[in-house]
Amino acid sequence: MSEQLQFRDLTLGYDRHPAVHHLSGTVRSGSLTAVVGPNGAGKSTLFKAVVGAIKPLAGRIERHGVRPQDIAYLPQVADIDRTFPISVYDMVAMGLWHGRGLFGGIGHKDRDRIETALSAVGLTGFEQRPIGTLSGGQMQRMLFARLLLQDARVIVLDEPFNAIDAKTSSDLLDLVRRWHAEQRTVLAALHDLEVVKANFPETLLLARELVAWGGTRDVLTPENMLKARRMCEAFDERAEACVAVAV
Amino acid sequence: MLFQMLFEPLNDVSVRHSLAAVLALALSAGPVGVFLMLRRMSLVGDAMSHAILPGVALGFLAAGLSVLPMTLGGLAAGFLIALLAGAVSRATALQEDASLAVFLLVSLALGVVIVTVKGIDVEQLMEFLFGETAAKMNADKLLVIAVNATISIVALALIYRPLALDCVDPGFLRSVSRAGGVAHLTFLVLLVLNLISAFYALGTLLGMGIIIIPAAIARFWTRDISMMIVLAIASAFLSGLAGVLFAFHAGIPSGPAVTLAAGIGYAASVLFGRVGGLVWRLFPGRHLEA
Repeated sequence: MSEQLQFRDLTLGYDRHPAVHHLSGTVRSGSLTAVVGPNGAGKSTLFKAVVGAIKPLAGRIERHGVRPQDIAYLPQVADIDRTFPISVYDMVAMGLWHGRGLFGGIGHKDRDRIETALSAVGLTGFEQRPIGTLSGGQMQRMLFARLLLQDARVIVLDEPFNAIDAKTSSDLLDLVRRWHAEQRTVLAALHDLEVVKANFPETLLLARELVAWGGTRDVLTPENMLKARRMCEAFDERAEACVAVAV
Repeated sequence: MLFQMLFEPLNDVSVRHSLAAVLALALSAGPVGVFLMLRRMSLVGDAMSHAILPGVALGFLAAGLSVLPMTLGGLAAGFLIALLAGAVSRATALQEDASLAVFLLVSLALGVVIVTVKGIDVEQLMEFLFGETAAKMNADKLLVIAVNATISIVALALIYRPLALDCVDPGFLRSVSRAGGVAHLTFLVLLVLNLISAFYALGTLLGMGIIIIPAAIARFWTRDISMMIVLAIASAFLSGLAGVLFAFHAGIPSGPAVTLAAGIGYAASVLFGRVGGLVWRLFPGRHLEA
């Protein structure tokens, strides 16, 4: 398998303080990778950089032919106005944006795809419900249906199973496994290590700096976990400018 | 008697102009108001409606009471204030609502100073602030209102999808398209156009009445955005119709008359509206099986 995303001495952060520090490594095309680390380890920051929402402070991400529209992104807290008068159907249909754009109509085939996506996440019958009436789990199912329609080569999920019940998590995990089987590249930030061990072949353990990256069994050792916790200290207000030389 | 009250005013050509103006304004102000409300920009609209006064006043200062210079002045001031308010709230620590309140007060003061310096009588100042009586609408103003309405409806149709998505899920829109920024700017332009129209129809202080109140009314009756737009247009038109006729019979300016008519519709909606109306909250009926 070829490389899809390459991090080259990547440093990301806010106000010059690094949240991800000198990260190097490769996400292979078609891989299914869990990104694990304590709160504040830089997982969300890394994802924002992958989708191009923030610029690196130093280093770079090589995207090997992956265009911005080839990446589908589920943020940790989607900035969704739940009082907005829009139906589940219309919200999911927005996943077709790249095919339909600003003006394109939605045809028969598209309607079939929307119905299929809704049934894949178990929301058949919810089409006309306003999004404000959905529960947290149903909301997440709806967002997964939209991801399905985006049909992206790279899928980035930021803590997709937070505050989601076991049944919903396992339904949505089925979709993640399906994406993996379809050779899509999936990155997901997760906290539940049992879920990671059971479903994700590869793991990136992050604590602002890279702790370990590779096969899940080799990465999630007690020593690595302890190391990650210790490395994740807070911002130092008086930190000196970093002089580490790129390797 | 009622028949006479409704149709007798139509013999007057300026009343017919007034009604046509209100119909055109309702068509464009309805949807603009709905988006203004959904984007939580009601206060922005209010501030901008006051902000166009100094521009209109400068046009008036330069060329007297002729429509074109006042319209251009109003447009320029509206765009300037839209950009300034956005920039100030982004670049400074002051919350957007506070900076808007400042803009609103200062530009209103500036506008009144400029028109008064020109030497205007109290009656004319009242017309600037609260709109004219229906008998004074003329074909020039009607043309401006009609052109603005046409531009708004077409442009709104073009930016409808990104504008809606930018309200409901801006992060997702950013990830799939760059159209969000364009849609937002276009929307601000449309807002200014509608405020100019509303200024001619209802005066600067109450122009927002026919934009935001119908949208607020619609919100009490539906959870669907298309239906919301239709209801907003309908209530804007009804308030305009009732207001213009009332203004004619009572000899009062159109601004307060139309706004009061809309206000009555709003009060009824707060009480009886199917979505969140008070009566339904107080007497919700028995809960359902499932």
